[in-house]
Amino acid sequence: MLSRDKASDIFDKVQKHSSADEVELIVNGGKSSLTRFANNEITQNVSEENYVLSVRVNLDGRTARATTNKFDEDSIRRVVESATALARVQDKDPDLLPMPAPSEFAAPISPVGRAFFETSSIGPRERAEAVGKMVGVAKQHDLNSAGIFATSESVEALFNSRGVSAYHTQTQADASITMIGTDSSGWQKATYPDARDLDPRRLAETAAKKAKESAHPKELPPGKYTVILEPAAVLDLVGFMFWDWGGQAILDERSFLNNRIGKRIFGENITIIDDVYHPLQTGAPFDGEGVPRKRVPLVENGTVERLVFSRGTAAKLKDSEFRDKVGPVEATGHGFPLPNEIGEMPTNIVITGPAGQSKTVDQMIASTERGILVTRLWYIREVEPYEKLLTGMTRDGTFLIENGQVRQGLLNFRFNESMIHMLNNVEAMSESVRSSGEESFDMVVPAMKVRDFNFTEVTKF
Amino acid sequence: MLACHMKEIGSWVLDICSARGAEYAEARVVDERHRALATKNGKIASASDSESLGLGIRVLADGAWGFAATEDLTRAGVETAAAQALEIARASAQVKKDGVRLAPEKAYQDDWSSPCQIDPFSISIEQNLDLLMKIDAELRSVQGVTLAETNLNFRRYEQWFYNSDGSDIHQLKYTTGAGYAAYSFEGTEIQKRSYPNSFGGQWQDKGYELVEQLKLLENARRIGEEAVALHKADQCPEGRFDIILDSSQLGLQIHESVGHPIELDRVLGMEANFAGTSFLTLDKLHSLKYGSDIVNVVADATESHGPGLGTFKYDDEGVPAQCTPIISNGLFTGYLSSRDTAHMIGLKRSGGTMRAESWNRVPMIRMTNISILPGEKPLTLDELIASTDHGIFFKTNRSWSIDDKRYNFQFGTEIGWEIKGGKLTRMLKNPSYSGITTDFWNSMEAICSRDQWTLWGTPNCGKGQPQQVMGTGHGAAPARFRNVKVGTAYKGAE
Repeated sequence: MLSRDKASDIFDKVQKHSSADEVELIVNGGKSSLTRFANNEITQNVSEENYVLSVRVNLDGRTARATTNKFDEDSIRRVVESATALARVQDKDPDLLPMPAPSEFAAPISPVGRAFFETSSIGPRERAEAVGKMVGVAKQHDLNSAGIFATSESVEALFNSRGVSAYHTQTQADASITMIGTDSSGWQKATYPDARDLDPRRLAETAAKKAKESAHPKELPPGKYTVILEPAAVLDLVGFMFWDWGGQAILDERSFLNNRIGKRIFGENITIIDDVYHPLQTGAPFDGEGVPRKRVPLVENGTVERLVFSRGTAAKLKDSEFRDKVGPVEATGHGFPLPNEIGEMPTNIVITGPAGQSKTVDQMIASTERGILVTRLWYIREVEPYEKLLTGMTRDGTFLIENGQVRQGLLNFRFNESMIHMLNNVEAMSESVRSSGEESFDMVVPAMKVRDFNFTEVTKF
Repeated sequence: MLACHMKEIGSWVLDICSARGAEYAEARVVDERHRALATKNGKIASASDSESLGLGIRVLADGAWGFAATEDLTRAGVETAAAQALEIARASAQVKKDGVRLAPEKAYQDDWSSPCQIDPFSISIEQNLDLLMKIDAELRSVQGVTLAETNLNFRRYEQWFYNSDGSDIHQLKYTTGAGYAAYSFEGTEIQKRSYPNSFGGQWQDKGYELVEQLKLLENARRIGEEAVALHKADQCPEGRFDIILDSSQLGLQIHESVGHPIELDRVLGMEANFAGTSFLTLDKLHSLKYGSDIVNVVADATESHGPGLGTFKYDDEGVPAQCTPIISNGLFTGYLSSRDTAHMIGLKRSGGTMRAESWNRVPMIRMTNISILPGEKPLTLDELIASTDHGIFFKTNRSWSIDDKRYNFQFGTEIGWEIKGGKLTRMLKNPSYSGITTDFWNSMEAICSRDQWTLWGTPNCGKGQPQQVMGTGHGAAPARFRNVKVGTAYKGAE
């Protein structure tokens, strides 16, 4: 693992070669390994180690970035020269801020401990053993399986010539599995910083149960149904909203929150915060300029309360027509590395319902006269940006619920559903859990029971 | 000097793998460089250069695959990575069935460069930014345009490939991408128009000459005006209509509902956990009526097909580029295959479709240029519209989604027009259409001729775990489909 001292040494070399007004170094990368299986055997098994060195210069009101994965003295000199050359030919940007200094931060960066030796020390044989356990469950149930077991250790370091020095390292273990029957399938996935929290066999058992119980699926006509979305389905849907949750999206007038800040647009039972310090969250406690991340309440009781801001966006918004419409305007530590088109976004989402009112998925099922249980969604895309109308398909475990019980598997549906509509129709939520999907980043979210969810078509399997 | 060192690295890898008992080994050294420039509302949004150099080693040992990648190209670094690849392969063998079987392939010693008239990195950044700023100004000269975004992207990708069969192949590819978009926010709508295609524009394996051919500036004002005009357009109706797809939308339709389902790794279940499987089970080869008699699709990686993002001389297993008939007069005739899957469909040789995103990713079956062949008789888009009594013309993709077996799809486009009496009439906003793959292709009853055909580039196709992004090519001409379900995306929407 690339240490803080080693990263700092690289920054010294960067500074030596730079004649710009200000210079910033970001180093990220690490080791990652992934064992993939299908048809109950390992089909792909990979490992890599790579670090990327990325230099930004500020030069008389201009900025640019250059990146390399080569760390020799010549390459460091060239990457600095490349960033400088890109900056030099631009027009001056009056909105470009000096790089931040630590004295601007209300509080220093609080480290978060997310690196575990037990995860980083896992080798190919241990990964194969974990896969063997999952495949064993498949064989026991006479099913076919496909999936992954992966581990990684990563580092993110940021230094600038005004004294910011930030370093974060973390580990991660991932397992996901699809169990396949003759005419049905089931899926589960989990991701944790500490591999000891991951139980591949239990994931495999749950996926197998779904594959067995969804066998001989029946076709149900499209229409509006009460659905129970498991946490992975919830996060893959709501993830599409958060690209719009930064100040730059408001300035660009490309956000579904345009003219909606301070208004109740979701049900009163919906609360969303961005909190990198939450015990179930991962990620670095600083942003792409080294600004400490703040805990930001985004939605309280259905009302959009706050946005996230990079330093530059906050400064621009303070001088814009939007300044009185978006709540407190200040850098929140959510900016992407500069320069970029997007600005910022929240990536440590925690969604909760009213305290003391959570229901388990089993309780939600028991309270449903007729509805549909959804394990996972797939190929979600935005159809219309202002109502946040999304389309996509159900996959790997879609079930009919009747009279409080899961009755049988269903052919997969296409949905076309507005996130505003959906989050106004949430009837019940489970406790929030750390969850992983495939269409969005990991979040801490509950399962949701939603009425009038709009299925528009049925597929043929 | 550099090439000489690459050969040395290749020999280190092959010697170590051979000494330790590998059944097969290959080394890919990749040196790549990117430049990305973007503007937003009259200012530079991003300006970045990046470069990456590294080595990927794939080995077969005890009948199983192992792969390791490293940026450390010293002898010690290469030896460590090779040993790791072998260790991983032997660990893989702990959970295997029959073992990997490779189709035979000759050894090649070759050197190839993609056609490139003007090295895009030789064009000054000032000249590039000047073009983007002019486009930006033209877009925002239209009242009602609230956001203008432009971009230029250049890539130089150089690869040295060595395998234990004796191949020694050097390939150099240039890729250029360019495009822009105008947004208009008004009331409760955000509308968008893009040129020459959405999601980054047009991409081809060409040099800077592509930028000159695209007539970017000449189309900017029209695109801005269309984005604003969409607010006053009628909502696309719901129902069944004859539809005409422009060539870029047809290109994406091919990508999703032909390109992905013909990937043999999906068909065989190897992508079941993430990208999904395919409705094209092996029994359908040479028996499924995939489309109407005028549907002819090829997977063509050869240079003669054009400068697509799926054009090369050898794939990343060292197999020469080929042209494989996929749909012939409507009949399903071929899959995309690799050296370790060819035997499963009775092929004696791989179809040559294995590609990796870069040095640190393992090669996998990817679309090359999956293209629909144009009609043989002369037919322009204007003539196609003129011969349509009542229908809808769909242009420029806005959303795309298809199920995990690639059967039920739904697409939305940025703009549409109603066709009545052979003429384009009112503009339609939020157009969408949906269907079942084989029903849809069987409803195709006219396609324009070669002069209307464009080889579109899709630079962002995701597949695999860890996910890899790959460029694919799709040649298409405008085509008409009968009795298609339209407007489904808004059915029941509130």
